[in-house]
Amino acid sequence: MSSVRVPVIERILNANDQIAQQNRSQLDSAGVFSINIMASPGAGKTSLILATIQRLNQRLRLGVVEGDTAPVTIDADKVLAAGMPAVQINTGGDCHLDAVMLGSALPALPLQELDAIIVENVGNLVCPAAFNLGTHANVLVASIPEGDDKPYKYPAIYRGIDVLILNKMDLLPYVRFNLDYFRQGVEMLNPGVITFPVSCETGEGLEPWVAWIEQQVRNKHIQ
Amino acid sequence: MHELAVTESILEIATTHASQAQATRVTDIYLVIGKLSSIIDDSIQFYWDMISQGTLCEGATLHFERIPARLSCQDCGSEYTLDRELEPCPQCSSSRVRVLTGEEFHLDSIEIIKD
Repeated sequence: MSSVRVPVIERILNANDQIAQQNRSQLDSAGVFSINIMASPGAGKTSLILATIQRLNQRLRLGVVEGDTAPVTIDADKVLAAGMPAVQINTGGDCHLDAVMLGSALPALPLQELDAIIVENVGNLVCPAAFNLGTHANVLVASIPEGDDKPYKYPAIYRGIDVLILNKMDLLPYVRFNLDYFRQGVEMLNPGVITFPVSCETGEGLEPWVAWIEQQVRNKHIQ
Repeated sequence: MHELAVTESILEIATTHASQAQATRVTDIYLVIGKLSSIIDDSIQFYWDMISQGTLCEGATLHFERIPARLSCQDCGSEYTLDRELEPCPQCSSSRVRVLTGEEFHLDSIEIIKD
């Protein structure tokens, strides 16, 4: 009998990362641009998705994947009512989507007929940051009422995003929120990240965001 | 709450490598986790004790090497460690900083017993 040290050096979520890579390949081969929307509960993920669909439904063919911790279809129903193909993932209480869950939801969408899909992650600023889904862009929706300290308290999620949406800008006059302090935190963690200040309530700032999506879809078609 | 998923991954990786090395038992598991990753050691230990039962890894001790979050300032060049929250450069107050370490999240090695 002997004791041996075996080197491993493997990323703990390596298995998830590999499935994420498969998801990415599947989306690439279908020519579909994909967005993973993350946020805390109530930041406006569903509102943003509905507002995005409303502006893009004449211009792009979109599909939506809704992640929820419980088998409630409120969000998916709203998307279906807006006339878009939607598939619901019930995480069974899990606090995040992972690559396996997205991979098993993709076959339910007509990928060959779509330009882009939007995945709504579970409302949470901690766990979704750790699980790569394989989507082309990670988008975080922050919102004014959450407070300006969120980048400082949840650095991991701010590190891994490609786009930041700052929602509920219409509430800025009524809430104590120091925009400079917020931006400083974001800048330290993710210098130069593309940022869209918006209000899903008034529609302010949404056009540049949807134009960005359109541009990504065009880039994908050129590839 | 994603510690369960993380713990399951640790078990799977450790078991795979232990089997490949023809281990009869795993005694120690060495994890390297950066301070910026939001993982709670106690929760992993809690799940570990439950899910490792009946596996090659049952009873193995988890060792957490916590890597501090080190930042470097792009303006004055100084390097500093975050003690608590994210903060600008303590020397020149610049927020033009780069994260050097603190995002590690891997299983480094295992200690096994062979017959």
